[in-house]
Order: sequence, then C-alpha cells, then structure tokens
Amino acid sequence: MIKTDVVIIGAGPTGLFCAHQLGIIGLKCEIVDNLDKIGGQCIELYPDKPIYDIPAVPKCTGEELTNNLIEQIKPFKFNFHLNDRVQELTNENDNWIVKTTSGKKFLTPNVVIAGGVGSFEPRKFPTKSAEKFDGTSVLYSIKDKTIFKDKSVVIFGGGDSALDWAIELSNTSKVSLIHRRDEFRGVPASVKKIKELSKKNIIKLFTKYSIKDVKGNGSLEEVEIKSEDGESKILKADYVLGFFGLIMQLGPIAEWGLNLDKKVIPVNTENFETNKKGIFAIGDICTYPGKLKLILSGFHEGALAARGCFKYARPNEKYRFEFTTASNTIKDRLGVK
Amino acid sequence: MAKIKYIEHNGKEHIVEVQNGLTVMEGAVQNDIPGIDADCGGSMSCATCHVYVKEDWYNKLPKKEMGEDDMLDQAYEPNSKSRLSCQIMVSDDLDGLTVHMPEKQV
Repeated sequence: MIKTDVVIIGAGPTGLFCAHQLGIIGLKCEIVDNLDKIGGQCIELYPDKPIYDIPAVPKCTGEELTNNLIEQIKPFKFNFHLNDRVQELTNENDNWIVKTTSGKKFLTPNVVIAGGVGSFEPRKFPTKSAEKFDGTSVLYSIKDKTIFKDKSVVIFGGGDSALDWAIELSNTSKVSLIHRRDEFRGVPASVKKIKELSKKNIIKLFTKYSIKDVKGNGSLEEVEIKSEDGESKILKADYVLGFFGLIMQLGPIAEWGLNLDKKVIPVNTENFETNKKGIFAIGDICTYPGKLKLILSGFHEGALAARGCFKYARPNEKYRFEFTTASNTIKDRLGVK
Repeated sequence: MAKIKYIEHNGKEHIVEVQNGLTVMEGAVQNDIPGIDADCGGSMSCATCHVYVKEDWYNKLPKKEMGEDDMLDQAYEPNSKSRLSCQIMVSDDLDGLTVHMPEKQV
C-alpha cells in the first residue's frame, strides 16, 4: 500500500499542473494514467497540432506543452503509474483506498480526478460475435508477435498500426489487410510497401470492405467481410486484429457514487470538490456554471483543488498562501536558490 | 439559419433551427439531441460526432477537408456517406438537411 497525500487520476495537462501546485504547497502525490505515456489528449490526439490559447505562450504543440509541464514538476520527483487504470475507490475513515487494474493500492485522503473524457481504450469491432473471441483470437494490440507464426491473420484498419503490423507479420504469417476505403492514413512509405506486398501476393489487400462476422466453433476459424453494396467474402482466420485508434470511455469512474451529469462531474467552484468528501474533479471531466473546456481553466481548477487537498492532508496545519517569487520554502521545494 | 433534421438510430426525429456559423454537431449538442457525443468538442480529434448523410445531401455538402476521413476511419461503423458533424458548417444552403446518427458513437 502506497501512502500519499493525493492520487491524481489522469496525466494530461490539468493533472500535471495540479501536481505542480501540490508540490508548491508541500504535498506529495502519485499520478495514474491508462495511457503508456504522459500528456493525455494533448499527446494522444493532437501532439503536433498547435495550441494558441495557453496564457503567455503564443503558440505551442500538444507535445511541447506536455514536455514543459513535465519539466515544471521535475523538482518534486512525483511517481507516475502509466498503463494502469484506477478501478476502485473505497472509503476508510478519512481516507480513500485506491485500487488499480494492475493491483496497486494507495491510501490517501484526497483523489483528484483529472480524467478528461475518460480513459483511452481501443475501439473494438462492432460485431457482437467478435466479443466471444476478445482477448484470445480477436485482438486490439499485440504483446507477443510469435503467436502469429504460420497463422492466418486478418488485420483491419488504415493507420500506421495496421500497416506496420501487416508488413511485419507478413514475414511469418499469411496476412490479409482490410480497410474501409482506398486511401490509408499511414505514412506514405508504409502505404507504398503494402501496395508492393499486395502486388506480389504476399499480403491480400481488400479495400472498401469492413467486418461482417467472425465465426468458429470454440476457436476462431473465419471472418466474413462485406462491401458497402452488400457483397461479402469469407476469409480463413486464426487471428483477427483491429486497429481503429483509441476512443475515450468514462469507465469505472461511473461506479464511484459521484453525481454525474451525462459524462461529467458537477463540482463546487471554491475547491472543485465533488459530492464525495476528498474527491475532486478538474479539467474537462468537471462541470459547473460557466465551465469552459480550456486547458487554462484546467490549470486554475487544479490550483484551487490542490488547496482543497491541503485541508485533508494536513488537518492540523493552517494553509498559508505564498508567492513563488518571494517564498524561501517554495524555492527550497523547487530546489532553486 | 437552417432547419436540420437529426434522426436517431431508433428512428426518433428531432427538427431544430440552427444558426448560420454553427456546426451541425453544435446544433445537436446545444439542443440536447442524443446520439452525438462530440467528446473532443469539435477539434476533429475524435470520431464521436459521426453522422450518415444520404446521397442527395451528401453531394451538396462542402467536401471533406484533409483529415476528416482519417478520423472517420476510427468511427463506429463508418461508410462512404459518413461525415463528422463538427465539420459541417451551417448556412442557409443547408436548410432541410437530414443527418442520421449511428447506433452509437463509442
């Protein structure tokens, strides 16, 4: 069990800046994120897109913003728990026990939900029949590529993951690649390679097709694909892989007894606490009259939520407001003179 | 101003007047029409405002800009008449537009 002052759920810009504010006021925190990298939507959805409305930064990309925020909290040496998702929150006296899918446990008086629109999950096949094979022969990511050796693998998608895996697996497996249109969004070099491999009949390429059904008694045997005008084909398949990008799902947050307004959490604007004591929500996932879904609003919300956390983390101390320009205590925490 | 008809997957119709300059997505969200999530808020970074537009109207709409089809690849059951409703700007020309929502967005 890891004891800390605050667990932050979500390593997007809002969560990162909240961590900074916690560090400034002398609190410790642990940051959990479902993605394998820090940055949230900024890094997953628009790493290269310029943002123009960060105060005092005329222009920066999602990636630059993330890197700067990481740099800014470096002095505090907070732990990140990536590739992990908070599954369960249980109340114990004045603390929360936070459990993650990987089995980590935290004991903390404060939880700050900075989860954006939820956690990123792979988009799955719409076909009901695919669920039965989910995780065994219908896969959305690859952990061990050796399982595909000498097997028939049917890959769906038109982005880099689909193309890269089709090319890679074509060395050792019988690969079919299916995409809903003729154009691919992968990098041009991969698209060229796919076309070459298709010409040589090393990869079977089916464009303007999508999945219709997967079939098999016990184990997967074949996949049926359909074109928009209703024509269908049956392909032999030991494995079916889907690479349709990531979607955001609210996930377990919905089960924590919080007041929810559709997919967002109502908070008070004094310290961004939810209806549960010690649980705060900031950034895109919170709502209140006048809420703007801007990064700058998330920063403000994080700063106030951090002060809210102080009350529960240091019940016997009085919070003292200080400026970073003037306070020696803060300079010590930042490791500057 | 344009009258836009949003048809949910279950067939339920919603007809609303949407101001010029708003997007078809905003028209739905501001009028609490279910079936369009718009998780990213209209920055063409997700695919949760996906709609189908029947042929006659599909051809009348301004063409897709770069990136929209890439995003649609990641939508729920896209087809050749799919659009992201955040990329369709409302104008008088769109009066009478009908869009169909998919079964779900995520």
